[in-house]
This record gives sequence, C-alpha cells and structure tokens, in this order.
Amino acid sequence: MDLSTINPVLLIASLMVAATPIMLAAIGELVVEKAGVLNLGVEGMMIIGAICGFAIAVETGSPLLGFIAAAAAGAVLSLLFAFLTQILLANQVASGLALTLFGLGLSALIGQSYAGIKPPPTPKIDIPLLSDIPVLGPILFGHDLMVYFAIFLIAAVWAVLKYTRLGLILRAVGENHDAAHALGYKVVRIRILAIMFGGACAGLGGAYLSLIRVPQWTEGMTAGAGWIALAIVVFASWKPWRVMLGAYLFGGVTVLQFNLQAAGVNIPVQYLSMSPYLITILVLVIMSSSKARSAMNAPAALGRIFHATH
Amino acid sequence: MLRLEKRPVPSKVWTIATPLLAVIATMVAGGILFAILGKDPVEAIRIIFWDPLFSEQFASYSRPQLLVKAGPLILIAIGLSFGFRAGIWNIGAEGQYIIGAITGAAVGLAFYPAGGWYIFPLMVVAGAFGGWLWAMIPAILRTKFNTNEILVSLLLVYVAEHIMSAMSFGLLRNPEGHGFPGSRNFRDYDVAANPELISGTGMHWGVVAAFIAVIFAYVVMTRHIMGYQITLAGQSPRAARFGGVNPNRLVVLCFAISGVLAGLAGMFEVTGPAGQITTDFNQGYGFTAIIVAFLGRLHPVGILLAGLLMALTYIGGDLAQLMLSLPKPAIQAFQGMLLFFLLAFDMLTNFRIRLAKSEAA
Repeated sequence: MDLSTINPVLLIASLMVAATPIMLAAIGELVVEKAGVLNLGVEGMMIIGAICGFAIAVETGSPLLGFIAAAAAGAVLSLLFAFLTQILLANQVASGLALTLFGLGLSALIGQSYAGIKPPPTPKIDIPLLSDIPVLGPILFGHDLMVYFAIFLIAAVWAVLKYTRLGLILRAVGENHDAAHALGYKVVRIRILAIMFGGACAGLGGAYLSLIRVPQWTEGMTAGAGWIALAIVVFASWKPWRVMLGAYLFGGVTVLQFNLQAAGVNIPVQYLSMSPYLITILVLVIMSSSKARSAMNAPAALGRIFHATH
Repeated sequence: MLRLEKRPVPSKVWTIATPLLAVIATMVAGGILFAILGKDPVEAIRIIFWDPLFSEQFASYSRPQLLVKAGPLILIAIGLSFGFRAGIWNIGAEGQYIIGAITGAAVGLAFYPAGGWYIFPLMVVAGAFGGWLWAMIPAILRTKFNTNEILVSLLLVYVAEHIMSAMSFGLLRNPEGHGFPGSRNFRDYDVAANPELISGTGMHWGVVAAFIAVIFAYVVMTRHIMGYQITLAGQSPRAARFGGVNPNRLVVLCFAISGVLAGLAGMFEVTGPAGQITTDFNQGYGFTAIIVAFLGRLHPVGILLAGLLMALTYIGGDLAQLMLSLPKPAIQAFQGMLLFFLLAFDMLTNFRIRLAKSEAA
C-alpha cells in the first residue's frame, strides 16, 4: 500500500464533485421539511432524475436539457407524493416509501435501453488564469457549472429562509400549520410548492450522478444517496450552510475510501465501501444525542397531517 | 367543491374494500403501463394473475412457487406490522433478512460436513439471532440517543449488502467453488438444508414458520395486553404514556419481533429456495414486505392474503417476462403502484367525502 499516491489537492477537488448530488437533494429536502413535510421519497426522485436526465441528454446531445428534464421529472414525481399527503391526507412515511419503491422500478424500466451508453460530456469551466493557480486553482475554479450551482442554491435557500417574507411564511407553515392557516396562508398550496421544489432538486442531484459523476446509467445507481441526503438534513439541524458541510463531509469519506481502495489498503473492498453509510449513521447518532440542539430546531409540524376543518 | 369530513371511527366496510379497490385500480393502471410498453394489456394481466394458478401449461410449475415466494413475504410483513401499528418504522427489514441468512448459513457451514439432527435447529436459532441483532442497532440508537430509526434501519441495509458481498468473496466462500464467489450450496448438505416438505406444494419450513407467525400475531393482537398497548401507542402516544406504556420498551420489542422474523425468513430462504449465500441472493423481499404489510391492513389474516397476492405478482411477472418479454422492472413499478393506490384509497376509510355548501360557514 502506498498512501503517498493520494494527492490532497485532487482529493479535495473530487470531494466537491462527490458531494454535489447529495448537496442538491439535501437542500431541496431541507425546504420541504422546513414547510413541515417529511418526504422519504428522495431516493426515488433522485433515480428518476438520473434516468430522465440521462435519456434526454443522450437523445438531444445537450447535458443542459438533460438537467432541466431531470428537475422536471423529479418535480412531477413529487407531485404524486404531494397529492397523496396533502390532498388525500395519507401517511407521509408510507407515501414517501411508496415513492422510492415506485421510482426505483420505473427508472429501471425506462433505463433498459440506456445501459452501457456514454452521455454527452458536460464542459468544465476553465477560467484561463484562475484555474492555473497552484492548489487553489483546481479546487475552486476547475469544476463544471453544477458544482457552483449547488453552492449557489444553498446560499439562495439560506437567504430566502432568513431574509424574505416568502421564507417567513414557509417557516410559519412548518412550525404551526394551524396558526398559519388562521392567518390566511394557503398551507396546502405552500406545501405542495415546497414538495415540488424538493423533487426538482432531487432530480438534479440524480442527473448529476448519471451525467457527470459516474457518468453512465446503471440500475439502482443512486445506491442510498437519497437516504444519505435525508440524514444530512438532520445532521445539519435544518440549517442550509450545514447541509453543505454535511455533504462535503460525506463526499470526503466517499472519495477517501475510493483512494484507499486504489492505493491497495489491505482491507476487503466491501468494508471500505460500507464506510460512508456507517459514518452517516455515526454522525446521525452524535447529532441527535445532543437533544437540545437537534430536537429544538426540527420544524414543529414536521410530518404532521394538516386538515382544515373550516 | 368537495371536501373531506373526518369519520369518528374508521369505516369497517372501507377497511376491507380499499385493498380490493387498490388491486383493481393497479390492474387498470398497470394495463395502461403495459400498453405503453407495446404489450396487450388484457393478456398481460391474465398472464400475471390467472395463468400461474390455472393455466394447464404452467400451473404445475408455478403453483408451488406461490408458497415459496409468499412464505418470506408473510413472515417479514407480520413482523413489520407490529411496529407499523405503533408508529415505529423499521424499514430496514431487508438488512435484517440478509444478516439472518448469513448467520444462519455460517453456523450450518461451520459444521460441514458433520451430520446430526441438531444442526438445522441451531441454524434456525442463529438466523433469528442475526436478524434480532441487526434490528437492535436502530432500536437501541433510537432509545438511547434519540436517533431517527427510519434512517438508521434503512442505511443498515446497504451495510448488510456489503457484508453479504464480503462474505461470498471471503469468509463463507465455497473452498471447492473454483474461486467463484458464493458459499457451498445447501442442497448438497442434507442435514442443513431446508427442502420442500410435501412434494409439489412448495411447502418448506419457512412457510410453516410464516403460518405460525400469522397465528401468533393474531393472538397477540387481539387477546394479549401487548397487542392492545401497540395499537394504543399508534393511535394516541400521549394516552399510551398515561396508560403506563413504556415507549422505549415498545420500540425495542417491535424491532426485536420484526428483526427475528426477518432473520428467520432470510435463513429459510438461503438454505432452501436460494440454496447458497451469493452476492445477490436477496430478492428484495424485505422491501416488498412493506407493501404486503400495508396491503394486508397490518392485520395478520390480511397480511396472509396480501402475501399470497404479492407472491402471485412475482410469479406472474416472471411468466410475463417469458411469454411477452415484459421487462422485469415493470413488475417492480407495478408493485410500487399498488402501494400508491392503497394509500390514496385509504382516505375513504378515515374520511367522508361531502359536497361543501358555500353558505355554510
């Protein structure tokens, strides 16, 4: 084994790529949960985004159109969840699971003829002078647009939640839907929009996996990324910037274990591959055991059914 | 304008009618899906739901398969139904199923090639223990550290899948398998195998265990204080606490039951129908069992029927793959759809649909 083959600069640069799909899905789910809805269907929406984005990108030759299609597909699938939980008042845990099971099946069905194809490449931004700076260049300026878009999305969600009227209404709906309803806000409509935003973000995250990170389509390729995104929202105590931190932490573990595999560490591959899941669990335990922090910050109406009686 | 009015008590009629309605709606929607795929929808539905049982050509092969597939589904779903009733979400049964299979198989393989009547019972105990152990991780993290049991139990499925792969390449690999991954086949090791008990029925020990679990669950749910406490905790956690129900004990108990049953299902599967530990011997029964539990209304008898129906879609799906070259994932999407329709129609159980008059304020 030779640890010196691991290049720290490349490690950080690839960590940012590994973190992006989860960051996208998690920031979407954060908005959904801030509105008081727990959507466990992230995994299903991600994989639908992955295949729809891939298929459209292959058919049209344009990765951009692929990403747009992925966001649309994720949002459409999330509408199913929204209809079940907001209009028909179904249990959110069960509905989210249904979304995941259905999404995994449907994506495999759509993706049958797309296995083994290479998607059109997504160009990297290569700013002539900046990306040549040693160390900082490849880390900060050598990525594709989506890496920056994900960070922009984090900042945008943070700003909207914190400084705008829209953010205040969204949080009000998530903290106490009866009070928000009494004030005249359309609880159901706001929640449906939040769910669709979450679906679109998850779709983008999935497409990032199939178009850039892997880049290929394989059945079940999200491999739990959606569940890890859900865990990262808890880890982040529902705070946008911490979602970024959590995603980078997870990305770091993933990339590091790949590098250790490549460096030939004397541990069976399977044990290295399970480490991201184990560390996610560990982090969840640490965050939730300090009761004061995580329990107090969870939206008070999270997962509760809203039924306006008049 | 339609609006929903909450029923004081859930409707008895709709409780039974919704699963039937959901199955019919799924057949219609599934037919549309098959039509989009360019297959004759009526023929596809007939092949999935009718031919495996009644066609002269296939029934002799596929009828026994019904119990083979339904056994693990019912066993796991019965376990899950306890927790689901109490609002405790163990969605990682697939992981407990895998670990149960591994521990059960490992004990059996440790005795190879010795004989003895005690080997198979020991394997059963080991399988139950493995499933229990894997289920205790989310349960204890939940009760001690307040960690979300949904996420932990699910994430542990991926860990279990990697362990399964590590085992078939490493510790449990068949030393006479010419380097191929996978353990020894239990069909070649009689005292540790779980064979068909009555020829031509598909009945094996796992199916027997499933029937016992149904009866056990029925008695506990309707006659025992524990069943009452579980139902109470699900319907009103606050009332349950005042009534002296210890919520932490209930979490551990529900996870223990579902873990043990899932572990048993895995052990019976790997020694019987699957035959050996491989990198992908698990069939996703742990996830399908979630649909079975809901389709059966979390009621033991309902789960028995739902398990048989879901088994039918597996067999029918295989048959449709053969006859119509219907893609395999189509049946998975079909099963997911069933859960959607079920949750949608469930509204009718708890609410009345009323025409709202605009002047009523």
